[in-house]
Order: sequence, then structure tokens, then C-alpha cells
Amino acid sequence: MSFLKINNLSVDYKMRKETVYAAKNVNIEVNKGEILGLVGESGSGKSTVGNAIINLIDEPGKVSSGSVILGDLNIHENSESIVKYRGNKIGLIFQDPQTSLNPILTVGEQLIETIQTHLKLSKEDAKNKSINLLKEVGIKDAEKRFDDYPHQFSGGMRQRVVISLALCCEPELLIADEPTTALDVSIQSQILDLIKKLTKERNLAVILITHDMGVIAETANRVAVMKNGNLVEIGETKKILTTPQQSYTKSLVSSVPPTNKKISRFVIVEKENKKNNIKILNRWTKKEISNQDLVQVKNLNKSFDDNFFTENSKNSVLAVDNVSFEIKEGESFGLVGESGSGKSTIAKMIVNLFRPSLGDIFFDKTCITKIKHRSELMKFRKQIQMIFQDPYSSLNGRLKVKDIIAEPITLHNPSISNSDLNNYVNDLLDSVEMTQKSADRYPHEFSGGQRQRISIARALATQPRLLVCDEPTSALDVSIQAQILNLLKDLQEQLNLTILFISHDLPVVRQMCDRIGVLKDGKLCEVSNTEDLFLKPSHEYTKELLHLMPKIESIYN
Amino acid sequence: MLVVAFVSFSLFNFVGDPINNMVGEETSDEERAELRETLGLMDPIHIQFSRFVVNASKGEFGISYQLRRPVSELITERLPATIELVVISALIALITGTLLGVYTGIHRKGFLSDFILAVSLLGVSLPTFVIGILFIYLFAVILGVLPSFGRGEVVDLGFWTTGFLTVSGLKAIILPSVTLSLFQMTYIIRLVRAEMMEILQTDYIKFARARGINEESIKYKHALKNGLIPVITIAGINIGTLIAFSIITETVFQWPGMGFLFIQAVQFVDIPIMSAYLVFIAFVFVMINFIVDILYYFIDPRIRVKGDTASG
Repeated sequence: MSFLKINNLSVDYKMRKETVYAAKNVNIEVNKGEILGLVGESGSGKSTVGNAIINLIDEPGKVSSGSVILGDLNIHENSESIVKYRGNKIGLIFQDPQTSLNPILTVGEQLIETIQTHLKLSKEDAKNKSINLLKEVGIKDAEKRFDDYPHQFSGGMRQRVVISLALCCEPELLIADEPTTALDVSIQSQILDLIKKLTKERNLAVILITHDMGVIAETANRVAVMKNGNLVEIGETKKILTTPQQSYTKSLVSSVPPTNKKISRFVIVEKENKKNNIKILNRWTKKEISNQDLVQVKNLNKSFDDNFFTENSKNSVLAVDNVSFEIKEGESFGLVGESGSGKSTIAKMIVNLFRPSLGDIFFDKTCITKIKHRSELMKFRKQIQMIFQDPYSSLNGRLKVKDIIAEPITLHNPSISNSDLNNYVNDLLDSVEMTQKSADRYPHEFSGGQRQRISIARALATQPRLLVCDEPTSALDVSIQAQILNLLKDLQEQLNLTILFISHDLPVVRQMCDRIGVLKDGKLCEVSNTEDLFLKPSHEYTKELLHLMPKIESIYN
Repeated sequence: MLVVAFVSFSLFNFVGDPINNMVGEETSDEERAELRETLGLMDPIHIQFSRFVVNASKGEFGISYQLRRPVSELITERLPATIELVVISALIALITGTLLGVYTGIHRKGFLSDFILAVSLLGVSLPTFVIGILFIYLFAVILGVLPSFGRGEVVDLGFWTTGFLTVSGLKAIILPSVTLSLFQMTYIIRLVRAEMMEILQTDYIKFARARGINEESIKYKHALKNGLIPVITIAGINIGTLIAFSIITETVFQWPGMGFLFIQAVQFVDIPIMSAYLVFIAFVFVMINFIVDILYYFIDPRIRVKGDTASG
């Protein structure tokens, strides 16, 4: 007999015109001491199911049918009854520790209030209990930190606080909704270890909602796969990840970048998988690969300071610390590192959005950091283009797609005729596998993956030699990520592009890059060929990163 | 402050020749020149200005042309009336505004919320003097329950004259303060409402719900406290505006405060009073913003420990 039984759970969102079924007849069972992974891409309804268990669905959504049985309690008997089980029997952890704590109450106040809501304890007892909890989740100096406000904790520590809040009234079921997505790998593994430890010690039933197959492979006992509100497949983790039965699960698993080998292309099951021929090729003034350094970065430094007047003083933060590397023409160079390691700062200095505090950047043997005249700089701007992380904010929502792509063309070539411009825009859309109809639409009509394609088309419009990709796929689902990465590979191959690829995601970098530089706290730890780096890393930090990265292959062990 | 002081100082120089205002038609040119010399009007501008600033910082703004009394004396005489009016209406605006804002923020679709919002729209769009006149017509003329002008009987405490200690004084303050507060109140209602609606959507409220914290505590402890942070900023600026608006209200209700004094001064081109009033208002604005910044320190812990973002 399972501890948690979800029977035929459905969640509807009644909109003005139609009803959206966010979850349809979902049946899930979870045992005590077991971690159930709930995976799916965005919009699959995995978070909806998690929230529906404690009836925490935002208006106009509604649990329309089904029952949730916890032990021998029917907790959906009526809408009032669920409130007394929240926090008490069921704990919930949200994705972003930055926003899930109330900023103006101390950690202690939030803990005591929660404890006193459910347990009849005096303030003193509640305080002792909270301090013990904080110790249990691994917060040092718990007595002192008890009176701190959330912003005084780092991201990983906050997530620990969130976990202690979710567990403070000793629930028997824990629902963790993407608990590590906003965290760096090293902190992610700590938090996952903590969840595993607590599951065992407290004999919890845990539902772990995530999109990351690597996390699932390393933590979950069983997996449930969701798509469009339907439960596609459920079973032992090993079985689902190695011998999936449903075609959707198969394509999902094959889209995940493997961590142990380099593959030439991602297998995309649901779509015809062929190389795309690029029409803009005839417009491209193709250069022979010179095998020389296209970009040289020499002793680069960048410090940031709140205060303009005290730059370079003691208070300033050294975001980039004496970094040097070269990128050969035609190669893909990867920069990896955790948040705050300075990888985006370097990218912004290469495209000349930031000026370095010290050091030089050479592009095609010219020092671009010393250029004073705008007109001269424009020549280089044309040759270096950037693709940003967030496809939602990097496209101007008030412009049509064709105007977005045409803008850089007309900027660098004002005399281009209208018909020629239209043809060029259409060719660009073609080469990123978008239909020509999309030219007259606005960015909000497209999905994240399609928007990222538009960004790529815009970047290609000036026929750049260097493409700087700053986390181009981290906002996308795995299957879309696979498509975009395939596209970038094709483009690079046919157009002889040089790519600087920035990411925190080691498996992705392994698939994309020829050489990799590892950054930590603004310092470059090591630069080496991709395969060497993954097989025999020399720097301690690289070893640690590789060890901590969640591996989907770990399921075979 | 210096900029405002300069503007109000330049009033002296640009609005007209003060000597013309002071002396009669038949004064000879020599006498005028002599008077000019003794008043220091022949000195270079920067010396005149520094003298103005020094005197102003001592609270001396010269002598009113019209009333022939020191401006500082006139202001201290009128100050209590304005302060009482502004404080009362600020309290009305803040308290009722916040309460109604919270109500409409939580009960988003009720009939009462819609009604409050509709009325608040009126409050924003009707000019203060129209509301004042309507109030006088309704409560003083038709119902006859409240006086239509003046402060009523006041009690002199030596340094301060107050209307709070007499029944007629209290009655007299109701209409002007409500009139004055109405605009700010509607502003605060809308602000608090928007803040509450936004905060009730945030993750930490959702997380508090997921922990089973009861609704009352979520609304009034978790949400309202966060929602009040921007309200304090706006309220700070608005108390300054209240003083500015009080010119109109004081005129409509014949309230013997500084705004009324200012209007009379304008009519008689009484420049010392006008410049003193300007400097005073600027001073109040600066003080209020200063107080608001300090209040922030107590309310928002994120500011309290800026630069000390300990990580663990």
C-alpha cells in the first residue's frame, strides 16, 4: 500500500475562450523513503501536479476531479481541509530561493511562525527547534544566523533555509519543485545530497520535480514523465532512462547531452533529422581558414564598483582577474564556470560592451580595446556578434521579426535596396529553419526556441566572423536545446564561423567546443582540448566540477 | 536648498524694484539712491545673495512690505494653523488610504471594492477647490453642522496656538483637512492596492501558504509590511505636496495658515513673504525626504546592512 496515492487528478484553467487542461487524469503513487522524479518540459504540467497536491493552484485554475490520499487521510475532501495539512503533513520547496523567503522578516521569525502555526510549542521551544533544524540542514553558527534576514544568506544557504522551513513541522511528504535549478553545480550536489539524506533519516516520501535528467538519474528511485498534462510513463529510474517505452520518453532521453562522449549531432526523434543547406552561403564572403588566432585576450582585468569615484580601490570587485587566452579562426572555444566567475563579463568585453580595466583584446591582430573612433569600431562590431541567454528580453517586442533582422543590415549597409533587403532577411530566416511567413509577425508570437533562432538570424545578418554565444540554450527545454545546438553546429561548419561559447552546463560545452577554458572567481584555471579536459583534467577545480556534474549515465553504474 | 534660496532671492531682483514698492510717488531720486545704498542693493549680486542666505539661515527674511512686520514673526504666527491642518489631513490620508487600499487589494472583485475605486477616481479627477466648495455647500450651508471658514476658537500656548482644545476648533478643522486629504488618500488607496495585488502573487507568499501559515497573518504580516515600503516613499513626497495644496484649501476655507498668507502676499506683491515661503517649503521637502530615508532604515532590513552581505 503506497503512502501517497494520487488518483485521476485533473486541473483545469478556465479561460475566457477555452479551458486549458493543465493536468489530465494523473495517477501517481509514492512510497515512504522513496524519491519520485517528476520530469517533463515546460508546460508539461509537472509543477501543476505538485501544487495541486496541496491545492495551491492560482486562479483561474481549479482541481476539477480526482483524489489525493495521504496515508489514510483523504486530503482533498473539501477545499478547507487541505489548509491544515499544508506545512504540517506536506512540505513544499520552490525553485528560486531568492524569492521564496519574505525579505523583511528574519529567518527565525519565519521559522517560529510556521512552527507555532502547527505545533503547540512555546516561543522558546520553537526557537530551539528551529536552531536544531538549521543545524540539521547544514547551516553553521545557527544560533547567530537565526536572527539574520534572508538577503544575508547566499543562494545555496537560502535554499537550506527553505528546506528547513518546509520540514519544520515534520511533514511526511516533501514536494520539491525544481529545488536546484537556480543553483550552481557544486551547491546543487550539496542540496541534492541533503534531500537524499533527509529522505532516508526521516523516512520521507519525496516528489522531485525537475527538467534535468542528470539530477533524476542521480537521485530518484522512480520517474514519472509528463507531457502536455498527461502522464506518459512511470517506472523505475533505470528502466525509464535506459529502455524507455514511449516515443516521447525516447526523444527526451536522446536530447540530453551525454557527459561521457562527444557526439556529432543530437538525435531528434520527432523531427526529420537532416543537415540544413544554408542559402546565405552565396552572400558570404567566405574566407579560407587561416588557422591563425582570430581573438587574443591578453592579461584582461575588469573591476566593478558601485561608486564611480573609488574605482580600483579596496572595495571594488575584481570580476575578471588577469585572463589570457586565444581563439583560433574556425574553432569553438568554450568558457565554463559557475555564476560570478566572470564568464559573461569577458564576453561583454570582447563585443566591446564593457571596457576592460586593464589588458588588451586583439581581433585579427588589431587591438580593439584601444579604438577611439566610433567609425573604426563599427568595422569590428560588424565582425563580432552576440547571442544572449534570454530570448524573451533580447528581442524588441515592438518590432516585427523582419525589422529586427533588417536593422543590423541597414546599419552597416545603408544603401541596400528594399527588395534586396527582403531577400536577405528571407534567406537568413531560411538558414535558421524558420518560415518566411514569420517575418511579418512579432516576437511574442514565437516560442523560446524560435526566438533564439531569430536572435541567431539577427546575429548572422552582418556576416560576422566571431559569434559570441552567452548561455544560448540555458533558458530552453532539452529537446529545443538539442535543435538549437545542431543548428549552431551546421552554421559553423558551413560558414566557417568562430564561436565563443559560454555556458555553465558542462555536457553542452563538451558537445559544442573544441577547446575549453575553466573560470573560477575571475581567474582562468586551465585551458585545454575538450577531450583532454574531460578525460584527464589537471586543475583541482575542474576535477571537482566534473565530479559534481549530474550525469545521466550514472544510472548504468 | 541653495538653488531654491537663489530662486527666491532672485524674486527680489526680477519681480520689480523694491524701492518703488516701499516709497511713495514723490520721493526724490537722491533719496531713492540713498535708501538703495543703506539697504545694500548697490552691492554685487553675490554679496547680496550670501547676505540673504546668512539671514535666511537665522530665520530672518526682512520686513513685509504690506503688513510692515518682520516676515519671521508673521510666519511663526501662521505656522501652527498650517501644520495642524497638514498633519491631520496626512493622518487621514495615510490611515484611511492604507485601510481601503488593503481592502480593495484583497477583495479584488467585490462590489464594495469597485465602489471605493470609483469614488477614488472622483477624488483624483476633481480639483481640490471644487471639493472644498461642495463640502461647504453640503455640510455648512445645507446641513449647517460644520463651520465653513476659519479656525474656530484657538488656545494660545505661548509658542503655539492650537485649535485642538476647543470644540469649535475641532469642528473647524474637519472640512479643510478632509478636503485636503482626499486627493492623497485616493492616491494611496491605488498604490497600496497595486502593491498588495503584486505581493500576493510573489513566491514567498505562495511559500508561506504552502507552509500552512494562516491567511490573516499572510495578508497583514507578510504582505502588508512589504507593501508599505513604497507607500512610505510616496507619502513622504506627498506630505510636501499637501503643504503646497494647502494654499488652495486654506483659501477656500479662509484658514489663517501660511498658504493663505502666501496668497495675500501674491496679491500685494509682498516679496519678502513670498521668498520666505518658498525657502520654507523647500526646507520642509528636504526634511521630509531625510526622515523618509531614515524610516527606510528601520523598515527595510536590506538597506540596513548594505555592504555587509555576509554569505555562509
